[in-house]
Amino acid sequence: MHIALFVACYNDTLFPETGIAVTRVLERLGHTVTFPLAQTCCGQMHYNTGYHREAVPLVRRFVEMFRDAEAVCVPSASCVAMMREHYEMMAEAENDAAFLADVRSLLPRVFEFSELLANRLQTEDVGATFEHSVTYHPSCHSLRMLHVGDAPTRLLRRVRGLSLLELPKKEQCCGFGGTFAVKNVDVSVAMLTEKQGCVVETGAEVVTALDNSCLMQIYGGLHRSGSAVRTMHIAEILASEGVAR
Amino acid sequence: MSVRVGKTDKAAAFPVAAKTALKNDQLRANVRRATDTIRGKRALRVEEMPDWQKLRDAASAIKAHTLRHLDEYLVEFEKNCELVGGKVHWARDADEANAIAVKLIKEYGGTEVIKVKTMTSDEVQMNVALEAAGITPIETDLADMIVQMGHDEPSHIVVPALHKNRFEVRDLFRETMQKPELTEQPEELTGAARAYLRERFLKVKIGVSGANFAIAETGGVCVVESEGNGRMCLTMPDVLITLVGVEKVIPRFEDLEVFLQLLPRSATGERMNPYNSLWCGVHPSDGPKAFHVILLDNGRTNLLHDEMERETLECIRCGACLNACPVYRETGGHAYGSIYSGPIGAILSPQLQSLEHSRSLPYASTLCGACYEVCPVKINIPEILIHLRGRVVREEQATLGGKLAVENLAMQGAAIAFKSQRRYEAAQRLAQAGQALFREGDQLENLPGMAGGWTKYRDLRAIPKQSFRDWWKSRSNGGNA
Ligand code: SF4
Repeated sequence: MHIALFVACYNDTLFPETGIAVTRVLERLGHTVTFPLAQTCCGQMHYNTGYHREAVPLVRRFVEMFRDAEAVCVPSASCVAMMREHYEMMAEAENDAAFLADVRSLLPRVFEFSELLANRLQTEDVGATFEHSVTYHPSCHSLRMLHVGDAPTRLLRRVRGLSLLELPKKEQCCGFGGTFAVKNVDVSVAMLTEKQGCVVETGAEVVTALDNSCLMQIYGGLHRSGSAVRTMHIAEILASEGVAR
Repeated sequence: MSVRVGKTDKAAAFPVAAKTALKNDQLRANVRRATDTIRGKRALRVEEMPDWQKLRDAASAIKAHTLRHLDEYLVEFEKNCELVGGKVHWARDADEANAIAVKLIKEYGGTEVIKVKTMTSDEVQMNVALEAAGITPIETDLADMIVQMGHDEPSHIVVPALHKNRFEVRDLFRETMQKPELTEQPEELTGAARAYLRERFLKVKIGVSGANFAIAETGGVCVVESEGNGRMCLTMPDVLITLVGVEKVIPRFEDLEVFLQLLPRSATGERMNPYNSLWCGVHPSDGPKAFHVILLDNGRTNLLHDEMERETLECIRCGACLNACPVYRETGGHAYGSIYSGPIGAILSPQLQSLEHSRSLPYASTLCGACYEVCPVKINIPEILIHLRGRVVREEQATLGGKLAVENLAMQGAAIAFKSQRRYEAAQRLAQAGQALFREGDQLENLPGMAGGWTKYRDLRAIPKQSFRDWWKSRSNGGNA
């Protein structure tokens, strides 16, 4: 399959290893990956913070760029949630029939990374080896907006050497919430403290998720507290072939 | 018309109030324990319902339909209520509602009233108005009584004294009831409350209540509760005055079939409320001899014109969204600066009252969606929060100060960068270079402005030298698209 990668602006800039891992996994499975270089941001940060007008050109840009893709892979559940929850509504508000038609036709071809693998491509064993204990944090957007269900854990269970440990209170938010993390610093950190405690309690070496945004928050707390637990995007685990990182 | 919602106009912004709440370990422990318990019970009672999602759909459909035809159903309610001997009064705002209540109580010669289910009366600050008119309000719902005795504010819409544990209640009762011998045993505490309240139930002749539902078809009113104190308030006095928000009307009696399944399971994790009181008008040999309903607008009709905002009015005040909310879990209800706290408070208060009093509330959420997931009438709270954020931003941008605010400038800058590959890549380079000032090894420290809130409490890995696109370009010699 020809898969166009929309890596997400923050992954591009802050977490390049995730995009690299996604590319490696998909290519290893025999797919062709393209990366349209003109891509920037899905508009989520602006939209969710209330800058709705400012988000519209970014949505248009995304849609134009990926309109003809066979499938679009996005290693960020919150970006996919932004697309599925708001793009259509935004296009309707723009009163632009062609734009709306493009949105409607494109959205069913946009997949979060684990959805793409487990559901669209029906691949659970991606040929990975990762000899570590891992706990999985189901990010809120993946859980309650994308309803990815057990797709990520089905993938993780097929990784050789990986032992998956259940995260207590896993469905509770990590406290990131985009600009919430800085607008409501104290509450965000209080929420993080509980999440971080749950992660440490599992005894896992690695905590993973579908979103580097949540992982950035969890890393922030773990690392500050001197914990040795590592944060890794699920793609990096699935790309791993057993060589220590 | 002047809309007032409790004391919201004097409330501190959410992040400020939250900071204070976060320092109160006792409060946080109480809130966690209480919400964990109710959440657990709710989950059990929801799981056993095979048609839960269908019930939610039905409830949402009934409410949406009613709100589209609110004018008709309210008039129908008025007509039917008066046919059976009730009297309906219309109040545009808090002051009107209070004036009507005071006038009625005076007409009946009352100096004391017993009250139950009084969240709406807290919204209009009725107790303040009654006291100013020389009337003593006595809250009879156990939790409301605790709040009133402690000169406190409710912190939860279903469990108003959720922030208090039994030791704190014991101390309060010892002091106000002059019962130094009381222990913190729940039986003893409820026993003391019962004795205290019984005296008042027997002697006070006027009751003031709220309502969960007003039924257009019958002109009847419905109150659900757990203690039976409500039943006392609704049946013992000679005069009953019921204050109802206009959005509480439902078309038909049979609609209760849906709501009376959803509400108790969502609110307290019970299959059914122990007390479900329904009454219509007045009856010669039973119950109050006079029955008045005050239908309250207080900003509600402002929400009707917009489809998304209107959804807010579908709320049946079950409190499930509060118990599910990870933000409420940390801060408790007082931080929301309104009697309406938690996710529903974050969307309701700013809409009832103009946004300027509560601009921080739409941002008091991570948009995690836990509230939407549990809401029995399927109010898409995250979506409404985002919608309200849009209103806040537009209002800010209409002022010079707002235009020049750091956040707005940053967002405009980002929007411009994201519109072109060249500018986006330049911004990436700038960030990679600019971080040198704040770099300590592989970490960023003491970032300026809002980002400083991040680095003060959390670590942050430095921006890698090679972005993903750099890697892509290097491997494919200039990219392939
Ligand atoms: S918004 Fe929904 S969950 Fe929250 S109190 Fe209202 S009905 Fe209950």
